[in-house]
Amino acid sequence: MPEAAGRLPRSFLTPGSSSFVEFLAAHDPSLLPGGRPLPPGEVPLSPHGTTIVALTYEGGVVMAGDRRATAGSMIASRQIEKVHPADDYSVVGIAGTAGLALELVRLFQLELEHYEKIEGALLSLDGKANRLATMVRSGLGLAMQGLAVVPLFGGYDLDRTVGRIFSYDVTGGRYEETEHHAVGSGSVFARGSLKKLWRSRLSEADAVQVAVHALIDAADDDSATGGPDRARRIWPTVAVVDASGYRAVGDDELAAVVDRVEATREGERA
Amino acid sequence: MSMPFYVAPEQLMKDRADYARKGIARGRSVVVVGYDEGIAFATENPSAALHKISEIYDRIAFAAVGKYNEFENLRVAGIRYADLRGYSYDRSDVSARALANAYAQTLGTVFTTESKPLEVELAVAEVGATPDEDQIYRLSYDGSVTDERRFVVMGGQADRLAEALAERWQPGLDLGSAVRLAVDVLASQPDEPPRTIDAAQLEVAVLDRTRPRRAFRRLAGPAVADLLAG
Repeated sequence: MPEAAGRLPRSFLTPGSSSFVEFLAAHDPSLLPGGRPLPPGEVPLSPHGTTIVALTYEGGVVMAGDRRATAGSMIASRQIEKVHPADDYSVVGIAGTAGLALELVRLFQLELEHYEKIEGALLSLDGKANRLATMVRSGLGLAMQGLAVVPLFGGYDLDRTVGRIFSYDVTGGRYEETEHHAVGSGSVFARGSLKKLWRSRLSEADAVQVAVHALIDAADDDSATGGPDRARRIWPTVAVVDASGYRAVGDDELAAVVDRVEATREGERA
Repeated sequence: MSMPFYVAPEQLMKDRADYARKGIARGRSVVVVGYDEGIAFATENPSAALHKISEIYDRIAFAAVGKYNEFENLRVAGIRYADLRGYSYDRSDVSARALANAYAQTLGTVFTTESKPLEVELAVAEVGATPDEDQIYRLSYDGSVTDERRFVVMGGQADRLAEALAERWQPGLDLGSAVRLAVDVLASQPDEPPRTIDAAQLEVAVLDRTRPRRAFRRLAGPAVADLLAG
C-alpha cells in the first residue's frame, strides 16, 4: 500500500525495538556502516586514529587518547578527538580508520540515548558493552578490507559502584579488562608504561597523570602516536567517569599534568 | 453482493470525530504551561511506569492524552523520526515544527483512510533560548494542528480547564507557580470545590532551557510535593 506523503513511514510506527541500529537496519540499512556494499579494489589511504589508554582508579575509570591521526607516513590531523562520552556514565575511545570510527561513535552514542528515551531507563553497563560488541561485529566486512575499528569502552557501573573497562576485537569479541588496557598502534608501549605506573587505589588526579604518562611513553616509541604539543597547546583528550558521571578534563588541568610528567622524566636524568 | 448503504461524507467524518472525541474524553487531562525558564507538563497519572509525558529530543518533549497503546506508538515514532533526522543532518536541525507536521499528516491520513481514527490528542513542545522562542503545538485526532502560545490543555474537559488556566496564567511565572497553577487547574471541578491531588498521583516534567543539551527532566514525587507546598 502506498504511503501518503508527509506521514510517518510504517517502519517508524512498527512497535518492538528500542534499538536505533535495529530500526535503521529495517528502515534504511545503507545508513549503517556495515550496511553499504563495498566497491571492489583497494581502499585509498585514509586517516587512522591511534592510541587509547584506560585505567580504573578508586572512584571510577579514566580514559585518554592522543590527538594524532596518520595516513601512511603523513600526519593527517594533529587534533582529532578519539575519546568521547558514550552517555552520562560511560566513555568510548576508538582506534582504527578515523572516518568509520567517528561514525561508530556517533551511532553508539545515539543507540544509548535512543534506548534511554524509549525505555525511560539506562541500559546496564554490561548491556552497553554488548551493544557495542554487536556494532563492532557488523563491521567485520569492512575490517577484512583493512578498515578495522577497535574501540575501548569504559564506564561507571551504577549497580556494582565500580569503574570497568571493556576491550574488543574486530570480530566483536568483548573482553573485560581489570586494572588497565590500551589499544591502537602505540598500545604495546602504553601497556608497558601502565604496568609500571598503575597501582591499586589511585586517586583521580594520579590516575589522570598515569594515563597522560602512558600516552607520552607511547608517543616516545610509536611514530603514529602524538605527544602533547606545548607550542600549539594541544593536549591529549582525557575523560573521567565516576559516580557523578562523565567529565572531560580541562586544558589548564592537562597542561599542569603534562608539566608534572615532564618534570618526572627530567628528574630521572638529573 | 449487497450494496453498502450510502453514507454522506459529512456524516462519516462526524461519526469518526465523535468516536475519537469520546475515547479522548475518558482520560485525564494534560496541562502544558510555559514558565520563565522553560515549559512545564503536568497530568494525573497513577502509574509511575506508563508515561504520558516524554522526551523526544534535546529541546523537544511530547505529551498525550487518549489511548495509551496508540500514543505510545506515536511517541516511539517521534523519537525515531527525531533521532534519524539528527543523525542524518545535525542535532540543531531537529525541530518541533517538522515533527508536528509529520504527526499531523499521520493523524490526518489515519482519520480519513483507516477504519478507525486514532483516539489521541498530542502536544509537541520545543523550548527556545527565551520564552518568546518557545513553541507549543497541539495536534488533534483528525490531524489539525494549532500553534499555541503560552499554554495548552488537552483531554476530556480541555475547554473548561483552558478557561480556568487563561484566567490565571501570566508571563514570567517561576517553576513553582507554574506547577501549582497546572495542578490547581487539574483539580478544579465544575460547580464543586476543587479536589486535592496527591503528589504521588501526578506526573510532572519540564523542558528546562537552562540545562545544557538535553532540556527534559522528570520531577519525582518528593520534588513535586516541595513545589506544591510552595
